[in-house]
Amino acid sequence: MTQIVDITDLRKTYKGGFEALKGIDLTIHEGEILALLGPNGAGKTTLISTLCGITTPSGGSARVGGHDIVTDYRAARSLIGLVPQEVALEPFEKVINTIQFSRGVFGKPKNDALIERILRQLSLWDKRHARTRELSGGMKRRVLIAKALCHEPRVLFLDEPTAGVDVELRRDMWQIVEGLKADGVTIILTTHYIEEAEAIADRVGVINKGELLLVEDKNALMARMGQKSLRIDLREAVKTVPKNLAEYDLDLAKDNLSLTYNYDARGEGTGITRLLQALAKEGLQLRDLHTSQSSLEEIFVGLVHEEEDAA
Amino acid sequence: MNVFAIKAIYMYEMKRFFRTLMESLLSPVISTSLYFVVFGAAIGSRIDQVEGITYGAFIVPGLIMLSVMTQAISNASFGIYFPKFIGTIFELLSAPVNFLEIVIGYVGAAATKALMIGIIILITAWFFVDIQIMHPFAMLAFLILTCLSFSLFGFIIGIWADNFQQLQLIPLLIITPLIFLGGSFYSITMLPPIWQTITLFNPVVYLISGFRWSFFGQADVPVGLSLLAIMGFTALCMAVVWWIFKSGYKIKS
Repeated sequence: MTQIVDITDLRKTYKGGFEALKGIDLTIHEGEILALLGPNGAGKTTLISTLCGITTPSGGSARVGGHDIVTDYRAARSLIGLVPQEVALEPFEKVINTIQFSRGVFGKPKNDALIERILRQLSLWDKRHARTRELSGGMKRRVLIAKALCHEPRVLFLDEPTAGVDVELRRDMWQIVEGLKADGVTIILTTHYIEEAEAIADRVGVINKGELLLVEDKNALMARMGQKSLRIDLREAVKTVPKNLAEYDLDLAKDNLSLTYNYDARGEGTGITRLLQALAKEGLQLRDLHTSQSSLEEIFVGLVHEEEDAA
Repeated sequence: MNVFAIKAIYMYEMKRFFRTLMESLLSPVISTSLYFVVFGAAIGSRIDQVEGITYGAFIVPGLIMLSVMTQAISNASFGIYFPKFIGTIFELLSAPVNFLEIVIGYVGAAATKALMIGIIILITAWFFVDIQIMHPFAMLAFLILTCLSFSLFGFIIGIWADNFQQLQLIPLLIITPLIFLGGSFYSITMLPPIWQTITLFNPVVYLISGFRWSFFGQADVPVGLSLLAIMGFTALCMAVVWWIFKSGYKIKS
């Protein structure tokens, strides 16, 4: 895969001495969706701001499309579109004007056909002559996306695009992002919502306290780190877990009608067959079986806590 | 040079001006008319002449300068402060533009607006008094340089200000008194000697004097000194603006 963003030892220390980025190394491939997860103050927005030129890096380097973000900032920035976390729009300006302004400041000549296509894609065409203050919150977010896309960027940074929006709009946004990916745009998304990363990302990066803890293919990460559990519903209640089943470390539910067995899905032998045989030996009759896999959220929380414990 | 960016910023700012055309133009025209009524007709009728010029005509250059300076500052400071205030400044900072292009766009638009207002006030003045312009090119040069330098100054104020109160602070507390005490409505030769000396420390005196010379051929201070003062002020403002973008002062962390 072609590299579109290449970050090497990127550092940012603010005036007060706060180290927001502690040497980030990251490579982003063209056409992928990378979700950056992290708690508040982890450094997600600082990373994006630094790559986009809003914040000056204190050390290290980053290249976008092969262009250094500091020494060759014009070429690098012309490839980038940014949708900020805050809904920042001039309230008295018309939608069409604010989008044309964005295209202009990115050094592109007027292109009415392209702007019409983007506005139609984002269901904004009918609102093009509306002032931005007249739009709903969801529409405003779409305008921000249109502004970021109107200069045809190859890399789009979405800084918590669905923060504080309702579920329906969030799903609309995901569809928009999927559509952009289909158009070949590389998307770097920061989010608090694990389900968002789980739903749309190709790779997931976890950042905490200015350090990138990991970057991995989402499915591989979930398979590698995901614990699976098997819930065994019983026909009749049992008072305690039979002694012969102690090696399986089963959890008995409060209603005494189900047992939960946690196992590692990566392992060659999960122990399920032996467990079922042992249950039969004990004379326990089964009513149903359910398996579930730990979510990205549990993996994320586990990683962040693991790092905090180590510190 | 990102010409499209300069054009985009300039046109965006000019559109804001035209969106509020009545407020933008009507307000200075009414204020100027009031000055003519009060100072020109009511008080001016009791003053014979100042240095051989009728008082109504004498105050025209000062009135134009008063409006041009205040409008240039307020347009430029608001132009850059507003994106900071509402957060849209991120777009400029993340765009492939350099400081010079941003300044040309914002300051160019603010200077154009101030120039338009200056010309409209001049036209308004013709309805009240009979005035001749002895050195029209020099008048235009002084006018353009004043629009430019005070727009640059306003741009600096807009970057520096953290709130709307600060945005008004320097224009109200410093600029307006300097303009009023800078000979807008009188010749400094009318002051007692000690005040004449003190007044010479007011930089606005040089601008108004030079501008008045372009109308009537008479000046309180040598016209070369006036030209030097306005050029020096422009250069100083440009240096400060350059430093702001170089250091990222109040715009970049």
